[in-house]
Amino acid sequence: MKTAALFAGLAAATLVGTAGFASDLFDRIEAGRYQAILGDCSACHTRPGGKPFAGGEPLETPFGRLVPSNITPDPETGIGRWSYEDFRSALKRGIGKDGKRLYPAMPYPAYSSMSDSDIADLWAYFQKVEPVSNRVVSNQLPFPFSIRTVMAGWNLLNFSPKEFQSDPAKSAEWNRGAYLVNGAGHCGTCHTPRSLTGADKGGEFLRGGNLQDWFAPSLTGDPHKGIGAWSKDDVVAYLKTGANRFDIASGPMAEAVAQSTSKWADSDLQAVATYLKDVKSDGTAAPKPVAADEQAMVSGKAVYFDRCSACHVSSGQGQPSLFPTLAKAPLVNSTDPSSLIRVVLAGSQAVGTAAKPTTPAMPSFAWNLDDAAVANVLTYVRNSWGNAAPAVTPGQVKDMRASLRK
Amino acid sequence: MVRKLPRKDAVIIGLGWTGAILGHELTDAGLDVVAIERGPWRDTATDFNVAYAPDELRYAVRKDLFLQPAQEAMTMRNNVSQTALPMRDYGSFLPGHGVGGAGTHWNGHTWRFFPSDFRLKSHLTERYGAERVQDLQIQDWGVSYDELESAFDRFEYLCGISGKAGNLNGTIQDGGNPFEGPRKRDYPLPPMQMTYAPTLFAEAARAKGLHPFPTPSANLSGAYVNPLGVAMGQCTFCGHCERFGCANYSKSSAHTTVLPVLMRKSNFEARTECEVLKINLAPDGKSATGVTYIDVNGEIFEQPADIVLLNAYGLFNVRLMLLSGIGKPYDPSTGEGVVGRNYCYQTNAGTQVFFEGKHMNPFIAAGALGQTVDDYNGDAFDHGALDFVGGAGLNCIPTNGRPIQYRPVPPGTPRWGSEWKKATKAYYNNTLTFSSQGSSYATRGNYLDLDPTYKDRFGRPLLRITFDFPDNDIRMSNWISGRMQEIADQLGGKQAVVARARKGWNSVPYQSTHNTGGAIMGTDPNTSAVNRHLQSWDVPNVFAIGASAFPQNAGKNPTGPVGALAYWAADSIRNHYLKNPGRLVEA
Repeated sequence: MKTAALFAGLAAATLVGTAGFASDLFDRIEAGRYQAILGDCSACHTRPGGKPFAGGEPLETPFGRLVPSNITPDPETGIGRWSYEDFRSALKRGIGKDGKRLYPAMPYPAYSSMSDSDIADLWAYFQKVEPVSNRVVSNQLPFPFSIRTVMAGWNLLNFSPKEFQSDPAKSAEWNRGAYLVNGAGHCGTCHTPRSLTGADKGGEFLRGGNLQDWFAPSLTGDPHKGIGAWSKDDVVAYLKTGANRFDIASGPMAEAVAQSTSKWADSDLQAVATYLKDVKSDGTAAPKPVAADEQAMVSGKAVYFDRCSACHVSSGQGQPSLFPTLAKAPLVNSTDPSSLIRVVLAGSQAVGTAAKPTTPAMPSFAWNLDDAAVANVLTYVRNSWGNAAPAVTPGQVKDMRASLRK
Repeated sequence: MVRKLPRKDAVIIGLGWTGAILGHELTDAGLDVVAIERGPWRDTATDFNVAYAPDELRYAVRKDLFLQPAQEAMTMRNNVSQTALPMRDYGSFLPGHGVGGAGTHWNGHTWRFFPSDFRLKSHLTERYGAERVQDLQIQDWGVSYDELESAFDRFEYLCGISGKAGNLNGTIQDGGNPFEGPRKRDYPLPPMQMTYAPTLFAEAARAKGLHPFPTPSANLSGAYVNPLGVAMGQCTFCGHCERFGCANYSKSSAHTTVLPVLMRKSNFEARTECEVLKINLAPDGKSATGVTYIDVNGEIFEQPADIVLLNAYGLFNVRLMLLSGIGKPYDPSTGEGVVGRNYCYQTNAGTQVFFEGKHMNPFIAAGALGQTVDDYNGDAFDHGALDFVGGAGLNCIPTNGRPIQYRPVPPGTPRWGSEWKKATKAYYNNTLTFSSQGSSYATRGNYLDLDPTYKDRFGRPLLRITFDFPDNDIRMSNWISGRMQEIADQLGGKQAVVARARKGWNSVPYQSTHNTGGAIMGTDPNTSAVNRHLQSWDVPNVFAIGASAFPQNAGKNPTGPVGALAYWAADSIRNHYLKNPGRLVEA
């Protein structure tokens, strides 16, 4: 079953170890377990409360619904009949067993830069996961996206598999960070803007992206809407505990911290911080803040003091490890206000980690703030205490309301 | 049909303050623990939603967070000559309900009782002679203040109490309570910023030679991370503590201090909306085998466990012991028996001082934001020439200026109409209220038992409270009211109204949710239901933890000692019982 079965398009693949057999060595399996944490495989492939890797909750993509597959070694419903080469190809090229093309909701454009050694370890680990019989119909996309061969064209346009190239001019730590951020960590899947076809915009790496009605802010050195003000230790604290002196992770990042980054080796988090602190911003200057005497600002201030200041306090500073700082926060200053609107309407719970177990939450204000009030208060928040960002319109709030109702 | 579930190491009845602390401590010790809570799950973000938490009508008037008599009522009478009748509404006290228990809706006054309170009978006998206490059934706790010091400290640091030490290792500290027992270190947070009315009160008290100090508060003066790693925020003085859950993570409760950590543990489980019907005993009655409970669908389960912990509200600990046949019920005609013995309460009186031209701004408030005078509390003063024992804390703690229920008007004001409106406008911002919170000392006739007539929805007898304020306590409270009058005169308002306590406890108007005793701790199995480790003398794998263990009540709020007893009992179980299960004290 695990005999190497090469097929067209995979001729160039470099095999590791004994011709694709999964290693039974403890250290390789453990290394693979760590790769699964780095890649946060369970975020998509494990249903909350479900068996590990037996298939996940549906993903709502702009093109329709996809259900993450069962990647346990069950022969009927999982990847038990896959060879190492099938597995490697899925990660490296987005092409699974029998040439079945994956949709890039599976972040193979990032995983493609993982090393063969790491992929082989991951394979070794997945061979030892409990096999679970659970048939998943992954592809629930509407026509024409439901035709998997469409992805051949997509890949042609948007994807060229590439090995990770280390930069000899940079430190080993920087290169390790680059490898993690670009590869297994797949940070750009959320934090890099997407084109109309759902591909990363190559030239705008980590400048912030919108996915599933969340805006993931810029991770560049932009001092206004990126993490330019964060120190390396701030980055590490955020990824390790879910909170630092600026911010507390919520939304999809809360899950990423809880299930993945909080379990990374400290040395890897340091490496990521070193690399991220070197990612350049787009260099655009911060916009001029909306004037305080504009009607939206005046109304928004009243809403803020009535509804928000008890927790986020009148200076927008919040309270440590409990209520995020709104002043000079990357997410608040981002051009795209999606996450802010979403959190006001739907509420949000912060991440809980062993180091930061509090899991404070913000309740929904959808029922007692109308579209204009939400827009105004966010305009006020985005243009006070040193913040500056485009005003939020009632229409944007209305659209988010509709989207959340789906 | 009773479904028998797999065994647990320990079952906790009630997931409030003590249940959460014991759950945390015993799971840390490696035990597999389940907590069974008859009320709903509650957490801050979902249930104390900042957008509607300050709803006075819902929470303060309609009492949304409390136990309803439809679920469990009680009967009451003042003495054994009367026939007890069911309370149709909880009024005089308000038992909590749901996860967090009464610790959800408390104000946050967090005290240590005086060292002399823990050996009250010995202390008063030594100082004043046995004759002075012969009408009372007061007892020693069997545990000393010094033994409890670290447990008090742990509870205060769990909560992030804001206060000022008055006695650090025996050295009296300026600005703190000079009458408190020695503490090893100061409170974790400094006192809250003082509002106007308590500031005036403190000035007047100082002018009378008294020693006011900031009330130790579980409303936090600043941001805090407790030793468990749980973060809390600074109190915003919103004035919605008592009867409310805190929406700002700034009032200590099980939700804001323990549960985020406890709920993450794989060896802990909480089952809510499940009511324990009884603790099951082995045929010889000498050990508990677990509990029987009923879930919200009416399905009945047996949960076997090696240890059963009664962590319900004190009154319900007592009732479950009576229903389960644990310990001999107390009989007031003979003074024998232990379960139900020494039920005590709190002996309170209020003072209102009406001013003109002030700006009290009572809406800037918090449940425990104020000043206390302890000069007349417990045995801090000489009772030699007096005709009573005990005392009261004098508290100026304006907890709120809420629009429906805070309408102070001078006596003689019509109850409605334009004159009432005029007065309410004139005095809303011009009234200073302070009160005495007096000790409640046990007598032979005040006790708890099962009602012979009235039953709950499962057919179990209701708890019967037989209580009136003892003559000693009435004399104490009236003497204290005289001292309140002196402070009121010093404050110099336009008019002062000092209330005086009277006999005849009435269960209708709200007085205090400080119900104590009924399963008291002590050194003699003939006069106490549990030993100094809160362990049942009769069924040693049952522990009853809470204010039910107080042999009598002091002139202070009980939650501080309740928290300390939780840590004390947890230490006893971890360090002694688990190593050698059985009686920790031989009778």
